[in-house]
Amino acid sequence: MELTDSVAVAQARDGNSGAFRVLVERHSRNLFRLAYRMTGHQEDAEDVVQETFLRAYRQLAKFDDRASFGTWLYRIAANCSLDLIRARKRRSENQESPEEGAPDPMQSLADAAPTPERLALSSEVERRVAGALDDLSEMERAAFVLRHYEGMCIDDIGRTLGVQPNAAKHSVFRAVQKLRRALEPLVST
Amino acid sequence: MDHLTEEQFVLYYYGEGDGSAGVREHLDACEACRRGYANLQRVLNIVDAAPVPERAANYGAQVWRKLEPRFKQKLNGRGTRWARWLTPVLWPMRHWAATAAMAGLVIAAFLAGRYYPKPQPSSQMASSAGQVRERILLVAVGDHLERSQMVLVELVNAHPGQSLDISSEQQRAGDLVSENRLYRQTAARTGDASVAGVLDELEPVLLEIANGPARLTPEEVDKLRRRIEGDGILFKVRVVGSTVRHREEKAAAIPGQKSL
Repeated sequence: MELTDSVAVAQARDGNSGAFRVLVERHSRNLFRLAYRMTGHQEDAEDVVQETFLRAYRQLAKFDDRASFGTWLYRIAANCSLDLIRARKRRSENQESPEEGAPDPMQSLADAAPTPERLALSSEVERRVAGALDDLSEMERAAFVLRHYEGMCIDDIGRTLGVQPNAAKHSVFRAVQKLRRALEPLVST
Repeated sequence: MDHLTEEQFVLYYYGEGDGSAGVREHLDACEACRRGYANLQRVLNIVDAAPVPERAANYGAQVWRKLEPRFKQKLNGRGTRWARWLTPVLWPMRHWAATAAMAGLVIAAFLAGRYYPKPQPSSQMASSAGQVRERILLVAVGDHLERSQMVLVELVNAHPGQSLDISSEQQRAGDLVSENRLYRQTAARTGDASVAGVLDELEPVLLEIANGPARLTPEEVDKLRRRIEGDGILFKVRVVGSTVRHREEKAAAIPGQKSL
């Protein structure tokens, strides 16, 4: 019989690594999806998945049995992703900034008139969407991913990201505004 | 008639807020807002086009294979400092090989210094050889303390309240542990109590860094910082390192040794 999450958590707390393995195998793919959407990089997402389980294991005693283990993991993964994005940002700030005056590839794309042919190129749309998501601030992207892809309500997003619901709501609004500015040329009729 | 705001559009799209009925009513009546909302819908719909690389059905098992060794270490060492202290027993062979090689060199230097015929007043060569050995050891210990100090400083100066990837410091601390043990033993045998003492205190700190998690939460960063600062180990390493450097300079200044 398949172990439920709550039984597996209880056994893992008692030091049963097999029970924790069940949880890792069950939730890894969903966590990867969330981490990839938040970080935009496969390698980073892989790191986030591993770090999430390590943190979860260390904090297992703090997990409230009445809550959903999956949601709890999502919260940890969202925070791991934010940490990683911030660390990446710090690293990139220390590296050479792009040459001034160099054309912005996203800008040149935005100037191009959308045509049905271009819209048919799904890879182009995917690239534009990925670029627009990359242009969001870390908090905007996190809030938007949790709202849009994961269907979290604003209150839960605030709790997950450790901000007031109002701040979470405004992060979602700002993200949508930016996405709209960047992507509307693709969809306006 | 006032038009709907972008915020109302967004809340309505996601089913948030309590004004859905009013928004629906307005959209039914207002062509401009209906067009605006349709645009927003299209934008948000194409955001779904951002693909996520698929992971194989056994991805969870792959993740577990990477995590398992780290969990086993944690499970075996739950709550005990001894487990962390004993972890070097599980070091990879390359560490043991490096340790053995270094042990050979240091012990040879120590024995040579100890049993080499006592310098005769007339034998300046023999005297010089002993001083050279002492100076080499001082240089090595000085370098070791300096590198240890750098690892500790990097950790103490980490941004507070942020998680930290210490994989590079871990790697360096792991390399320093084996050297530390040898220098400590040598210092103890030669009666250099101050160097032996600080190396003795440094060893568990290096072990803790080397064998802990590679990525620290803000709480763990803070705990490690307090551990380093609380024991005053960084200060002691600085003081003894500076003393060793001073002795090394004095040894270099001995007439006949200036060419070294």
